[in-house]
Amino acid sequence: MKTEISGTGSSATREGVEVRLEGLRRTYGAVVALDGFDLTMVPGELVALLGPSGCGKTTTLRLLAGLEDADDGRVIVGGTDITYLPASKRNMGMVFQAYSLFPHLTVAQNVAFGLRLRGVERTERHRRALEMLELVGLSSFAARYAHQLSGGQQQRVALARALAIRPRVLLLDEPLSALDARVRSQLRDEIRRIQLDVGITTLFVTHDQEEALAIADRVGVMREGRLEQLGSPTDVYSRPAASFVAEFVGLSNRLEGNVSGGRVWVRGLSLPLVDASIPDGRVVALVRPEAVTLAAHTAGETGSLVGSVIATTFLGATSRITVDLGDVTILAQLGTAEAAAHPAGSRVSLAIRDDPVLVAEGSPGAAGDGPAAVADRA
Amino acid sequence: MAALTAPADVAAPAVAEAPRGGLYGRRRRRLRTFRFVVLSSFAAFFLIPLSAMVAFSFRGTEPGSHTISAWRQIGSYPGLLGAIEITLELALMTAVVMLVLLVPTMIWVRLRLPRLERVIEFLCLLPLTIPAIVLVVGLAPIYRQIRIHATLSALMLFGVYVVLALPYAYRSLAAGLDVIDARTLAEAARSLGAGWFTVIARVIVPNMWQALLNATLLTVALVLGEFTIASLLLYTNLQVALYEISRGSLNAGVLFSASAASLLFAFVLLFVLSYVVRARGGAGGGSA
Repeated sequence: MKTEISGTGSSATREGVEVRLEGLRRTYGAVVALDGFDLTMVPGELVALLGPSGCGKTTTLRLLAGLEDADDGRVIVGGTDITYLPASKRNMGMVFQAYSLFPHLTVAQNVAFGLRLRGVERTERHRRALEMLELVGLSSFAARYAHQLSGGQQQRVALARALAIRPRVLLLDEPLSALDARVRSQLRDEIRRIQLDVGITTLFVTHDQEEALAIADRVGVMREGRLEQLGSPTDVYSRPAASFVAEFVGLSNRLEGNVSGGRVWVRGLSLPLVDASIPDGRVVALVRPEAVTLAAHTAGETGSLVGSVIATTFLGATSRITVDLGDVTILAQLGTAEAAAHPAGSRVSLAIRDDPVLVAEGSPGAAGDGPAAVADRA
Repeated sequence: MAALTAPADVAAPAVAEAPRGGLYGRRRRRLRTFRFVVLSSFAAFFLIPLSAMVAFSFRGTEPGSHTISAWRQIGSYPGLLGAIEITLELALMTAVVMLVLLVPTMIWVRLRLPRLERVIEFLCLLPLTIPAIVLVVGLAPIYRQIRIHATLSALMLFGVYVVLALPYAYRSLAAGLDVIDARTLAEAARSLGAGWFTVIARVIVPNMWQALLNATLLTVALVLGEFTIASLLLYTNLQVALYEISRGSLNAGVLFSASAASLLFAFVLLFVLSYVVRARGGAGGGSA
């Protein structure tokens, strides 16, 4: 099946199968891990499930793999209901968080393991194993054992092993979490390249938002066994559908304000609301650091948006500046060159871009919705 | 400043290393001496009685003479060869039955029924707490009933020996399973298309070779040295035969040569098993 994927930042034609998870429910005793979970993945798409620990993202993946049974709901792959099919018959490639290469087999034997189970003839098996190792750049490591490889190499071999059986769906269960930052970034890009090359429908589970936003066609943000939002990385970051998403993905300044006439007034500024139907009253508005701009303070200028720079965090191309406004601390994210003009201790005037903002859950007056807090999930 | 610090920097290592090297050398010497004393003591403790036994088995009838007749008589002494044969067969049967029963059970419980792990452990370790004489009291009526209906050879002891070997085999196998991530390996294999039998036989077992061999060795050693149960249930195994020779004491040389031969067999077995494990370890397996 070939599908043109649009609106994902890549318009490659891909091969793959459609995956539909319908009303999945899974409980562990009194704990509800998945509560009526629905997800449809188009052929060749890479969907990343993102969420805090215990939100049900790994359970979703394991139900799709057949490693656990659903209490309710259906798993449909390529139009076939496989809810009750055992894991060994589902033909899904999986890469685990823990290193999972078989220690008693060489790299080539590991990659060929699934082919051997399928009765592929020895020469063909070896050829395909080497082809897969070539794909992940490890063909020269074919004769080594797992304990002779680094963590990153082991995960690449695990990826080659998963792909060697030509699976219908590729499942990645936090495969990068045990690796150091540099290797993680490299392997992340490599996984994406290979996934685009092969064109396989892929479900990627992670708790790392940067990873999810960087690699996925669509990102699903999960909470308490449900999808809070499923959309492109840009949508999830820039137009979060719920305050939980806004607070979980990226940083948000939490600023007290008043809703009036479908807009929220924050420190003398009127900002549009994502949801204009919010009733009038006090709320906590969530403002992204990128929406905050700084200007040098001019003598005699006063107001609720004038403060002092107390710290600058260098992030590479951008820098994050912390500004103390007296009663509240605000984060602003600027280009590093621009940030250099506002050293620690300097007085600055703030402005907030006219982007639609969300209000925090439970506002007004909910516990923990303190006016000076910064929601940091970075 | 640079002119002052440069010579000091050059001199520093020599000055600093002299006492450090001396201290290090003294500690190494002390450690080496300690090791030598400990190892020599243990070696003497074990080897002096063994070498005395071997020396005695070579003693001739005349003072100061030596002969291998006691070793030759192992084959011809009435009942001894049969007892050795029975004991070796028992060791083999016990090891095989124990592995066939325990290995799949432990892997299955580890992978599928982890909540039963404590129960299995308790059951397997239970024989440690039951004295052999108590076991015999319980088992004697069972063996008596079986004897009424069938002619039993001493090979029937393998059932009791499996029970006796359970605690040692269980601990070895549990240690082997602990050092591999059996659950992840099993899930990886299943996602690649392996059924449960393949998971156990081709993924988990090959990665716990050392544990399997340790369990086998302990089981064999236990069977080779077992006396109480065989004697009380009126069966003749190697230890019972040796005991009978010692009671007769007509030929003490045979008693010592047979004992030395059984020990030699255990040492050879230990060496072979260690070699097998090392050979597999070199191939990347046997990381248990």
